[in-house]
Amino acid sequence: MSVNNEVTVALAGNPNVGKSTVFNALTGMRQHTGNWTGKTVDLATGVAEYNGVNYKFIDIPGTYSLKPHSAEEEIADDYICYEGVKKVVSVCDATSLERNLYLALQIIETKRDTVVCINMLDEARKQKIVIDISLLAHELGVKVCATSARKGTGLDELVSCISEKSTQKPIRINYPPQIESALQFLVPVLKNELSGDVDERWLSLRLLEGDNKAERYCRDNMGDKYGELENAIENAEEFLSSHGVYREDVSEMIAASLYGLSRELCKKVIVHSSEKDNKGAKDKIFTKSIYAYPVMFVALCVVFYITITLANYPSQLLSTLFVRCEELLMMFADRIGLPQFFSGVFITGGFRVMGWVIAVMLPPMAIFFPCFSFLEDLGVLPRVAYVLDNTFEKAGTCGKQALTTCMGYGCNCVGIAGTRIIDSRRERLIAVITNSLTPCNGRFPAIIAVLGAFLVGGGGILSAVVLAAVIVGSLALTLACANILSRTILKGEPSHYILEIPPYRKPQMSKIIANSLIDKTLKIIIRAAVVAFPAGMVLWFVSNTFYENQSLLFRINSFFDPMGRAIGMDGVTLSSFFLGIPANEIVLPIALMSYLQAGELASFENVAYIREILVANGWDIWRMACFVIFCIAHFPCAASIMTVYKETKSIKWTALSFIIPLCVGVILCSFITLIKVLL
Amino acid sequence: MKTLDSVRVGDCAVVIKVDTSAELKQRLFDIGLLEGTTVKVLHESPSGNPRAYLIRGAVIAIRNKDAGCITVKAVEECL
Repeated sequence: MSVNNEVTVALAGNPNVGKSTVFNALTGMRQHTGNWTGKTVDLATGVAEYNGVNYKFIDIPGTYSLKPHSAEEEIADDYICYEGVKKVVSVCDATSLERNLYLALQIIETKRDTVVCINMLDEARKQKIVIDISLLAHELGVKVCATSARKGTGLDELVSCISEKSTQKPIRINYPPQIESALQFLVPVLKNELSGDVDERWLSLRLLEGDNKAERYCRDNMGDKYGELENAIENAEEFLSSHGVYREDVSEMIAASLYGLSRELCKKVIVHSSEKDNKGAKDKIFTKSIYAYPVMFVALCVVFYITITLANYPSQLLSTLFVRCEELLMMFADRIGLPQFFSGVFITGGFRVMGWVIAVMLPPMAIFFPCFSFLEDLGVLPRVAYVLDNTFEKAGTCGKQALTTCMGYGCNCVGIAGTRIIDSRRERLIAVITNSLTPCNGRFPAIIAVLGAFLVGGGGILSAVVLAAVIVGSLALTLACANILSRTILKGEPSHYILEIPPYRKPQMSKIIANSLIDKTLKIIIRAAVVAFPAGMVLWFVSNTFYENQSLLFRINSFFDPMGRAIGMDGVTLSSFFLGIPANEIVLPIALMSYLQAGELASFENVAYIREILVANGWDIWRMACFVIFCIAHFPCAASIMTVYKETKSIKWTALSFIIPLCVGVILCSFITLIKVLL
Repeated sequence: MKTLDSVRVGDCAVVIKVDTSAELKQRLFDIGLLEGTTVKVLHESPSGNPRAYLIRGAVIAIRNKDAGCITVKAVEECL
């Protein structure tokens, strides 16, 4: 079948209505569906064939209305209103139909061929909500079908709704007489001059509201006739103000009409609704401070404890596997007579570092992200944002940053990409810049090893507690840094903050594992491995190339030595941080390699051995403290830098997100060095 | 006149006027908080800010600073 026969279907709906679950069920494609408002950040597409027709489904980010507020909602708005998608499935949550119909009505108003899908019928049934689907279809004048996507019921019907053409006339939404009259100024002009994808009545409403995007659309598509439209807009506004309606009132009147209509519809179609509303009753844990903070802290410790202890075994297994592979590769290289330089660069250099990174990174991520997804699907994370919002508001940002920070513990790239859930650009930039102050999975092993070598015997629970303290410290640093940023270069009022708290839901285990492994872990590992291989080659090259009897690595270390000393470390440590830009997990191994004057990376499983090496090279508790602080606050890794650029599209902010954490680290470490000198 | 942030937990109120920045106003309209809407105060976060409200069947957290710009009238009966 040719591509031309493909039918594009957009899936739209409020956040958290199970839209992504419907999408997955329709396409069979795995895609992350978190119980978190506005989770779908990229447009996911999937193709499926039903009854000989090819469909291309597009999962549009969750939105409350077709008037965008965040970068994410902008995507939804562009797609539905202006991109000329012919068919839209408006997914609604059966348990809060009134608000969901508000968006559905807006979509119907754009005159797209709309199918309304009432999802989460199983949950509604539990709450004793019964909806008359055929009556709703009759009232709306579009196809309506009921699904419980989590259980997989009603999907066949949805497919047939999508494939059939509606024979009814879609509902016409009536506005107060002043607005209806004002519309008459605009609709005829648009009707004459615009042909195509956008409905005139809908566009006229947007123009009355003073919507910039609608104006831009008209300007771009009307050419020199735009002047005529401008006159018409002026006349319409004059008419409205003579009837006591001003521009800012128009939006409210439109919203009121839409909500009035959806309320009316709900009264008609909801046959039975349970009397008592127990929403929020279960939220005792997150509303009392005596529980909330300890529960959150313990949950964090548990997640880290599970991650640390469980990750050890597969890590060792993987590392043994890679060592074995390396031996085999070496044997093979010998057999075919590969010159030593090449086997050094590719096998002892590139391959070993890549294997190292995968062995250290993969298991913790494969455990951390499913844990995180579990909490997310359960509905815990939005509550964490709710509890922590006050703290973040005082720092001039918003509680949603708590979530991106948490994601940063897994991987900063994920945290940085996750900042899209933050509405205001100012607050989003703060979250992006401060994210690298959150130690990620790649930095934990080094922090644990060094702390273990100097402070504790390296016991599982003890190191988890020390680690939790480090985490709280890094959180304090993040808040302090955000506070300073929001008072200086990113000045501005904390924007408003509206957060929907979804009900607790039973997580879907199979989906969590499949999604967080494929969606996050694998992607990150591939990204890391791709940069680790060349980094390993460079590393081998600099440590095995000699100039006047000294290796290049030694020369680099000597070069960095004065700077390193100034901030309480030494040249070896500082240059290791620079050489570790491709992947933070190789920082400590590089340092150990330099100390041992070896030409290749050495493993650091034995804590006592690490201590011996470090102490022999002048490390004390002060230097350890500086190392840990610098580990938390230095420049982000290569993958994070690339992600920042991708998200901000600005060299300036990318540079700042490199420089600012570095400055924080340098200042703190210099401060510690100063104290040490004064003592 | 009362504002929404001063309504006690467990009580209900009807919105009389939303007097915030244009951007927040639109946002509130979109989630269904406009003149005449009945809102129930469900609970507050440990610090007392933000608080959670039941608005048209959904639980929404709003900061006290913003809720302070919403004029309401207390009602006896929660709808």
